[in-house]
Amino acid sequence: MGKKLLLEHDHVPGIQGYEVYRQHGGYQSVEKAVKTMSPEAIVEEVKKSGLRGRGGAGFPTGMKWSFLAKPEGVARYLVCNADESEPGTFKDRYLMSRIPHLLVEGMITSSFALGVNTAFIYIRGEYYYIVRILENAIAEAYANGFLGKNILGSGYNLDLHVQVGAGAYICGEETALLESLEGKRGNPRIKPPFPAIAGLYGCPTVVNNVETIAAVVPIVNQGGDAYAQIGIGKSAGTKLISASGHINKPGVYEIEMGITVEDFIYSDEYCGGIKNGKKLKAVVAGGSSVPILPADKILTLANGEKRLMSYESLSDGGFGGGTMLGSGGFIVMDETTSIVENLFTFARFYHHESCGQCSPCREGTAWMEKILHKIMDGHGTLADIDLLWEIQAKIEGNTICPLGDAAAWPVASAIRHFRSEFEEYVSNPKSVKVVRHYDAMQNA
Amino acid sequence: MAKVTIDGRSIEVPDGTTILQAARMIGPEVAPPTMCYHSKLKTSGGYCRTCLVEVTKGSEKDPRPMPKLVASCRTTVMDGMEVGNQTSPKVIEARKGVVEFLLLNHPLDCPICDQAGECHLQDLSYEHGSSKTRTDFERRTFEKIDIGDKIQLHMTRCILCYRCVKVADQITDGRVHGVLNRGDHSEISTYIEQAVDNDFSGNMIDVCPVGALTDKTFRFKSRVWFTKPVTAHRDCEKCSGKVNLWYKGEEVLRVTGRKDQWGEVEEFICNTCRFDKKNTSDWTLEGPAHISNQSVISANHYEVFKKPTEFKLNDIKPLKIEEGSKS
Amino acid sequence: MEIKFSEDTLAVANKIIARYPEGKQKSALIPLLHLAQAEFEGWLSPEAMDYVASLLHIKPIEAYEVASFYSMFNLKPVGKCLIEVCRTSSCWLRGSNEIVEHIEKKLGIKEGETTTDGMFTLKTVECLGSCGTAPMMMIGAQYHENLTYEKVDKVLEQCKTDGSRKTYLDKVVIDKY
Ligand SMILES: Cc1cc2nc3c(=O)[nH]c(=O)nc-3n(C[C@H](O)[C@H](O)[C@H](O)COP(=O)(O)O)c2cc1C
Ligand code: SF4
Ligand code: FES
Ligand code: FES
Repeated sequence: MGKKLLLEHDHVPGIQGYEVYRQHGGYQSVEKAVKTMSPEAIVEEVKKSGLRGRGGAGFPTGMKWSFLAKPEGVARYLVCNADESEPGTFKDRYLMSRIPHLLVEGMITSSFALGVNTAFIYIRGEYYYIVRILENAIAEAYANGFLGKNILGSGYNLDLHVQVGAGAYICGEETALLESLEGKRGNPRIKPPFPAIAGLYGCPTVVNNVETIAAVVPIVNQGGDAYAQIGIGKSAGTKLISASGHINKPGVYEIEMGITVEDFIYSDEYCGGIKNGKKLKAVVAGGSSVPILPADKILTLANGEKRLMSYESLSDGGFGGGTMLGSGGFIVMDETTSIVENLFTFARFYHHESCGQCSPCREGTAWMEKILHKIMDGHGTLADIDLLWEIQAKIEGNTICPLGDAAAWPVASAIRHFRSEFEEYVSNPKSVKVVRHYDAMQNA
Repeated sequence: MAKVTIDGRSIEVPDGTTILQAARMIGPEVAPPTMCYHSKLKTSGGYCRTCLVEVTKGSEKDPRPMPKLVASCRTTVMDGMEVGNQTSPKVIEARKGVVEFLLLNHPLDCPICDQAGECHLQDLSYEHGSSKTRTDFERRTFEKIDIGDKIQLHMTRCILCYRCVKVADQITDGRVHGVLNRGDHSEISTYIEQAVDNDFSGNMIDVCPVGALTDKTFRFKSRVWFTKPVTAHRDCEKCSGKVNLWYKGEEVLRVTGRKDQWGEVEEFICNTCRFDKKNTSDWTLEGPAHISNQSVISANHYEVFKKPTEFKLNDIKPLKIEEGSKS
Repeated sequence: MEIKFSEDTLAVANKIIARYPEGKQKSALIPLLHLAQAEFEGWLSPEAMDYVASLLHIKPIEAYEVASFYSMFNLKPVGKCLIEVCRTSSCWLRGSNEIVEHIEKKLGIKEGETTTDGMFTLKTVECLGSCGTAPMMMIGAQYHENLTYEKVDKVLEQCKTDGSRKTYLDKVVIDKY
């Protein structure tokens, strides 16, 4: 068994409640932080730990925290990004519904480190039932003196609220999230300024993913150096992977970074191999936005070595031959999978989720979906494949926020690695069973 | 102060100046085209992406190039910055893409559009786009609606520049229209049927870069290029009273705000001046207006715009870019 | 129907509004629209949005802009049980298309339609974070996962017998892993 830092107690009966959580070492990081450490010392530990953001971009958390502006007399905010809407990703849901107190504890310790007195957990609306779980946990934390005024007699005050979204992937983008939290449409802001300077209500703000915040707990408990020992190289610590698709054991796995991709897919400790004894065809390793890789490329690097589950190894080969760890949404496809049809579901997704502010993303995502729809309908041409390629290239890098890139990469990588499949689709159109319209229920 | 070089031409500008403003100071030859930015509206710009430029050198201090093209209207200059606009192949390529995206769902109904002749999209596509469309999908369509008795909204033509929303937010206190829905379903709307009714609502027409918001009192009376603009003013208690009168013969067909060299309104005017003062006797005339945003129409390039049905899929031929087409 | 929160709901709404710093009450807009949708028959009529806007002292258009942006807000009436079936990759790989077809056949409606008795509306949605337990659907706040035709039939039967309107605010059975 690999090392577990976050999900060590996830199967303990009653771990959702305060008592059991506390018996298993819960809230120690808060005690240690507010009683024995300075905020700066905690930021230092997080820097030393090498923790990188678990929301997708992998930005070093300690560095992000040290960028937070601290003007005199201005409130600062910590906002936890629990929007989790990247297709293939469900680890935050698991963590929040199984061990809600871990997130609450992480929020308190992190808020103390950042000098924050009001913090929010922004959660996607579809997870409404988890709002209740979190609110219960928060109420218990208040009742036990871990939240509110004068926490554990330290003089430190913190209020923590859960804010609910209402169905918009784009609100996972941190500035769209802040807009939504301010009661507006989820339109990403034009940067700079970055949230660390002007975020929520124009005040300095840190936005971190659920898993990032949770990882602060073991870092403060064990020290940054100890955390940095776990994992491999610049991929320190453990990572929650959401495994889905054609595998025997879908689910959330906490892995120590550095295990091989092959091990992750085939060992019984994790995915347990491909369902029904089929062969592996392709993997989307980090949520829908990252490039899809065919079996040989996901298992081995160009130099013949085995590819590892880490930021660096997964991106080895660049965009042509590698992919990204992203949010850790690991989607496995067996030999029967149609890459074209799978891509269609992604294209439809990005079209549906584009906020519509900037023209390349608004128009381009819709156009790509339509072309893929046409190809699936059996009316595609070879020129359509080239057109798809050109459209994605015209979106990438030219938009306000990275959703445009996220919409372009799956298209680019599918064509790059599976072009022949697209060609076969247009030259030998099979009729597809069901083709659904993306907007039959738009605002119904 | 910061020194910035755009397409090889340098200028010193105050800190906080955007690349776009700096380029405009140098001159129209290096100024990136714009659709959504408007100098008189705060927080405008950033949406349409036509003004993308390449920053080949970040600053004297940090000379690294910027990894992506940036929106020049929303990016401030740094001392020593070097920028490629017309001289950057990446920019030319990206801009062509942007034009294609903007036209993707545009009806190209210039022959029946009141904005023809003063439409920024028309200019843009002539100068930076390619004449052929590569889509054979049906365009997005909307019913045209009246928002009040003076303004007509033709959503099908809208490019979602957000200017009319900002003008309502920033110079009136009762915004009743906004952007509804999401993604390519976004539309400008009041949601429930209601009139945009306030003393300054007419400025929505002037800031609209395309023919989505038009003056109902002018509709179909004449083509813009058959009318003669004359600058005029009157004493008005609500606004500056500085306008352009658009004459056909002796008749004032339309009153608008004055626009600067970039086609952006100089001073917003009130509805009384715009809609209720259509007699020469209401005004003190100043002289013929100089319209520098001379459109493609007057340059006789009108044939370029054909109906979408006449295009063939994948028949791409880039338009040649003529020097000085903005005669 | 008069558009006005019950006393209990109004108390909840006021508690939410009090969370935010002075002058930032607009932050309560999305939470309050959720309350309104749950209380006013599962959708947001212009009157319902106007009411929420008045509670927050914002312009009605600000509420319309927001409500129309987010996919969980229904701007038209829906059946008592809004069935939301995930259609994205992981669910699709595990047969969500077939689940949708099955429901369409069973209820005699197409995606986007409501049964004549006003009981069910069928909608397909994007990834709901249930990819490891795919295929899945959501009715009200309840996730129904690892769907089979039999499981779908059972759930729909239960909804019908029960007959109540399902909302996102319902208390639900917490999932077991
Ligand atoms: C379109 C888009 C969607 C995103 N969705 C999420 C999300 O659901 N959850 C998340 O934590 N980060 C998401 N992110 C990344 C956030 O913008 C941000 O980088 C992250 O919350 C920072 O936290 P971290 O440093 O702890 O990873 C998204 C980014 C983009 C561009
Ligand atoms: S890239 Fe897409 S999602 Fe991001 S701001 Fe532009 S339109 Fe909105
Ligand atoms: S003018 Fe700069 S993005 Fe539109
Ligand atoms: S793909 Fe269906 S829940 Fe994620």
